[in-house]
Amino acid sequence: MEALYAITTGVLTACGVYMTLRGRTFPVVVGLTLLTYAVNLFLFSMGGLTTHGAALIGQNEAYADPLPQALVLTAIVIGFAMTAFSVILAMRSRGDLGNDSVDGSRTDRDPDQDSRRESKA
Amino acid sequence: MTLLWIPLLTFLGVFVPALTIRGGRSLCALATSLAPLAALLLVIHAWLSRGDAEVLRASLEWLPTFGVDLALRIDGLSLLFLLLILGIGLLIILYSRYYLSAQDSMRRFYAFLMLFMTAMVGIVMADNLLILWGFWELTSLSSFLLIGFWSHQTEARKGARMAMTITGAGGLALLAGILLIGKVVGSFDLGTVLAGRQQLLASPLYPLIVVLVLLGAFAKSAQFPFHFWLPHAMAAPTPVSAYLHSATMVKAGIFLMARLHPALADTPLWNTLVTLTGLTTMVYAAWFAFLKTDLKAILAFSTISHLGLITTLLGLGSRLALAAALLHVINHALFKAPLFMSAGIIDHESGTRDVRKLGGVIRLMPVTATLACLATASMAGIPLLNGFISKEMFFTEALEVQPFGGLSWIVPLLAGLGGLLSVAYSLRFAYATFFRRPRQQPPQTPHEPPWPMRAPVELLVALCLVFGLFPAVLQSTILDNALRAVSNGPLPTYHLALWHGLNAPLLLSVAAVLGGIVLHFFHRHVMRFKRKFTAHDARYIFEGAIQRIVYLSQRGIDRLENGSLQRYLMLLVLCSLLAIAPGLAQLERLGGSLAGQPLDPLLVLGAALLIMGGVLTAALHRQRLVSLLMLSVVGLVVSLTFARFSAPDLALTQLSVEVVTMILLMLALFFLPQKTPRESSGGRIVRDILIAAAFGALIASLNYAVLTRELDSISSYFLANALPEGGGHNVVNVILVDFRGFDTLGEITVLAIAGLAIYKLLNRLRLFMPATDLEGRVWAADRHPVLLMVVAQTLLPLALLVSFFIFLRGHNYPGGGFIAGLITAVALILLYMSRGVEWAQQRLTFQFQPIAIAGVALSTLTGLGSMLFGYPFLTSTFGHFHLPLIGDIELASALVFDGGIYLAVVGATLMILANLGKLTTEYRPNKDTP
Repeated sequence: MEALYAITTGVLTACGVYMTLRGRTFPVVVGLTLLTYAVNLFLFSMGGLTTHGAALIGQNEAYADPLPQALVLTAIVIGFAMTAFSVILAMRSRGDLGNDSVDGSRTDRDPDQDSRRESKA
Repeated sequence: MTLLWIPLLTFLGVFVPALTIRGGRSLCALATSLAPLAALLLVIHAWLSRGDAEVLRASLEWLPTFGVDLALRIDGLSLLFLLLILGIGLLIILYSRYYLSAQDSMRRFYAFLMLFMTAMVGIVMADNLLILWGFWELTSLSSFLLIGFWSHQTEARKGARMAMTITGAGGLALLAGILLIGKVVGSFDLGTVLAGRQQLLASPLYPLIVVLVLLGAFAKSAQFPFHFWLPHAMAAPTPVSAYLHSATMVKAGIFLMARLHPALADTPLWNTLVTLTGLTTMVYAAWFAFLKTDLKAILAFSTISHLGLITTLLGLGSRLALAAALLHVINHALFKAPLFMSAGIIDHESGTRDVRKLGGVIRLMPVTATLACLATASMAGIPLLNGFISKEMFFTEALEVQPFGGLSWIVPLLAGLGGLLSVAYSLRFAYATFFRRPRQQPPQTPHEPPWPMRAPVELLVALCLVFGLFPAVLQSTILDNALRAVSNGPLPTYHLALWHGLNAPLLLSVAAVLGGIVLHFFHRHVMRFKRKFTAHDARYIFEGAIQRIVYLSQRGIDRLENGSLQRYLMLLVLCSLLAIAPGLAQLERLGGSLAGQPLDPLLVLGAALLIMGGVLTAALHRQRLVSLLMLSVVGLVVSLTFARFSAPDLALTQLSVEVVTMILLMLALFFLPQKTPRESSGGRIVRDILIAAAFGALIASLNYAVLTRELDSISSYFLANALPEGGGHNVVNVILVDFRGFDTLGEITVLAIAGLAIYKLLNRLRLFMPATDLEGRVWAADRHPVLLMVVAQTLLPLALLVSFFIFLRGHNYPGGGFIAGLITAVALILLYMSRGVEWAQQRLTFQFQPIAIAGVALSTLTGLGSMLFGYPFLTSTFGHFHLPLIGDIELASALVFDGGIYLAVVGATLMILANLGKLTTEYRPNKDTP
C-alpha cells in the first residue's frame, strides 16, 4: 500500500510540475493546484498512514499523528488563497496586457527560442 | 576612557559646520576647528601623562562573540600619525576658509573633511584589526565625497569614482588578509596579532596574507601599478589634495605596513615585494612628475614617488631604514602640504595651474614664492631642510642593506636615479613657476593672498627649516617612540644630524643634485622625445575597463535572466532535483524496515482515480474546462483519501475548499481563453515531461522511503496534553487553535491579505466576456434556474445551522472554524449563483472586507487577552459551565479564537468569490464606490 501511495503522490507531482512549466497562465494555475494536492498528500503521509485512528481522544485505541494533519489543514486553506491570488493575477494580466502568456507581453513567440536566437546573434 | 573621546570629538565635529554656518563663514571655520584642536590637546595630554606605559589602551565591549571590541590605542606610531592628522587638519580648516569660494558649500565641505579626519584617527588608533578595517573603508568613502566635492565637474566625479574603486577594492583584499590573520592567530586584537609573528610565519597561509595585506596598502598608498587614481584625484579642491595626498589618506597604506611590520615583515617575500614595488613606483612616478605641466599633477606624481621611497624603506627591513621611513612620513607631510597649498594660492590668485602659462611669480607674490621655493628645496633634498635628512638616511640604507644578494647594487642605483629625478622636477616646478620670464599672460594678475591663507604655509615651512637644522628634536620626542612600536627588539643607535662627514651617501646625494640640474637643462629635449609616445590617459583605460566589466556582467545576466518566467521555473525545478537527489542516493536502500500494510480494492480504485485524474488534467490541459473537471476529480479523491487514513478534519476541509476552488476557477475561466493554443515544440514537451517525470519519481521515492521507516514524532506530547491542557478531544483542532495558535493566526492573516490583494487587483478590471461557449453555443437564456433558486434558498438556513454545529463541536469532534467558515461561504456563494449578484447585493448589503479584518482582529485580541491575566500571548483557558435547559457544557477561550478564524475565512472567501462574480455586473469593484 505504501508503494501505491508513494507512486500516486509521485504521479500527481509530475503532472503538476508539467503543467506549471506551460506557457499560459490558466494551465499553470491548474498545475499549481494539482501540485498543492500532491504536496498535501506527501506532507500528510509524513505521520504515517493509519486506518481507524482519528485523533479524537477516547474514541480510538491508536491515534494517527495529529501534527501533520494540523499542518496540512492550514496548508489546504493557504493553498486556496494562493490559487485564488494567482488566478486573479492571471486575469488582471490578461486585462492589462491583452494576453494570457506567463511571460507577459510575448504572445505568439516561444521565449526560449527567442533567447537562443539572441545568444547566437 | 579619554581615548574614546578623540575620535568621538572629531566625529562630533561633523555636525558643527551645519549648526554654525548661519553665524558666517569665519565663525563656522573657527567652530569647526575646535573639535580637532580639543582632540589634539587630548592626545598630547594623554601621551604626556602616560607614565611608564608604552601603549595606552581603551576598549568597549561590542561584539564579544566575534572577537570585535571597540578597542583603541595610542602608541608611538599612532602618536606620530595623530599629530600629523590633527595638526595639519587644523591648518587645512584655516586654509579652506579662504580657499573656498562663495558658491562652494562650506558646511558640506567641513562636514566631509571632519568625517574623513575621524576615519583617519580611527585607523591609526584602532587596537583591533576589524575596527581598523572599518575606518579604512570609511576613509575610502569620505575621500570619495571630498574628491567629488565639485560634483558638477565630470573630472571630479570620475576622479572620485576611480579613487573609490581602487582603494575600495584594495580594502576588500585587506579584509580578506585580516580575516586570514585572525584565523591564524585566533584573534583580531592588535596586541595578540603583533605578538603572533611566529604563528604567522609558520602558517602556510603566510604568503597569501602578505599579498592580500600589501594589495590593500599599495592601493591606498598609490603604489605602482595602482598609482593612477591619485593624479585623477587632483580634481578635488586643493585643500583636499593638501590634506589627503600629503599627510593622511595615502599615508594610510604606509601606516598599515608600519603597523603590521612587527608581525609580517622581514621575510624574503615581504622584503622583495615591498622594496621592488617601492623602487619602481619611486622612479616611474618621478619621471612622470618631470613631464607634467600642471602644478598639481607635478605634485601628485611627486607624492607617488615619495610614497614609493617610504615603501622602499619599509621593505629594506633594517631598523635604521624604519627610522628613515617614519622620519620621511613626517618630512613629506611637512613639505608637501605647503606645496599643495602654495599651488592652490597660485591657482586661486592667477587663475591657472599650467606652468606653461605661469612664470615670474616671484616678483608678484614674493612671500608665497619664497616659501614655496623652500618647500621645493626640501622636496628635492637640499641641505638645511628636513627633506635632506631623511633622503640622506635613505641613501645610507640603500647602500647598506643588501636585500638581493649579488644584485643588490640595483637598490642604490634606482635610489640615486629617483633622487636625481626629484631634483629635476623640483627645479622644473620652481623655475617654471617663479623665475622664468612669463611666456603668456595668466588669466589674472596674481598678488599676495590674505595673510591667514598664507599662515599655514609659513608655519609648515618654518617647521621644515627647524627640523632640517635641528633634526635631533624629533628623535627623542616622536621618532624613538614610533620606532619602538614598529620594530622588534632594541632601538638602533643612530644620530640625526645635518652633517655626517664626507661619505658615500653624501657623494650619491651630490651626484643626484648635479644630475638633476643637468637633466633640467635638457627638459625641452625630453619633452620632444616624449611626444614620440602615444599618450595614455589612465582615465580612459580605467573607464574602458569598467565598461567592459559592466558589459560582460550584463551579458552574463542576460543569459541567465532572459525575462522568461517559464525558464526560471524550469531552472528552479532542476535545482531542487539536484538538491534532493544526492540525499536519496546516500540511502543504503530505498525501502525501510516497516512491513507494508495490505491493499484493498477500494484503495486501488482510489489510486487509479487519482492517477487517471492527474494524468488527464495534464494531458488535456489545452481544453481548459475538461482539464478543470479532471482536476476536481483529483480533489475529491484526495479528500476521500484523507477520510480513509483517519483525518476527518482534513477530509472536511479539503471537500469544502474543493467546492470553493472549483467555483473560483470556473468563474475565472469564463474571463480567460477557453483553449490553450498549441505553442510548445515537440522537443519542449519532451523536455518538460522528462523534468516532471524525474521530479515525480524523486518525490515518490522520497515518500516511499519515509513511509517504510519508523517515525519518531513529537506528536505524543499533543496527544497526551490535548485534553488536560487544551480542554478538547479533537487533537487536530486543539493544535490549531491552542498549541500552534500563533501559526494559525499568521495563516488567517495571510488569507485576509490575499483577499484584500485580490479585491485590489479586481479594481476597475474590464475583461472580454464571451457571448458563447467554445462550440459557439449561446449561454442559456434561463440565467437563474428556478430549481437551483429554490434549493439554494432552502439550503441557506440549513447550511448556516450545520456550519454553526460544526463550529461548536470542533473542539471535541471533527469540525472547527475553518470548515464552518467554508461551509457558510459556500452557502452564500450558492445564493449568489442562483439568484444573481443584483438580488444578493440588495439583501447582503454589508461588505466582506471588514468581516475578514474583524476575524483576524478577534483572534489577535483573544491572544492578547491572555496577556491581561499575565499569561503569554495566546494562552487559552477552559471551564465547565452549567446552562439551564442545555445542561453541562465545556467552553474554552480557544472557541473565541476559533470564532475569529471562522469570520476571517468567511470574509476572505466571499471577498474573493463575490467580488469576482460581481465583475460582470454594475457592482464591479471600483475605487470610487467602495
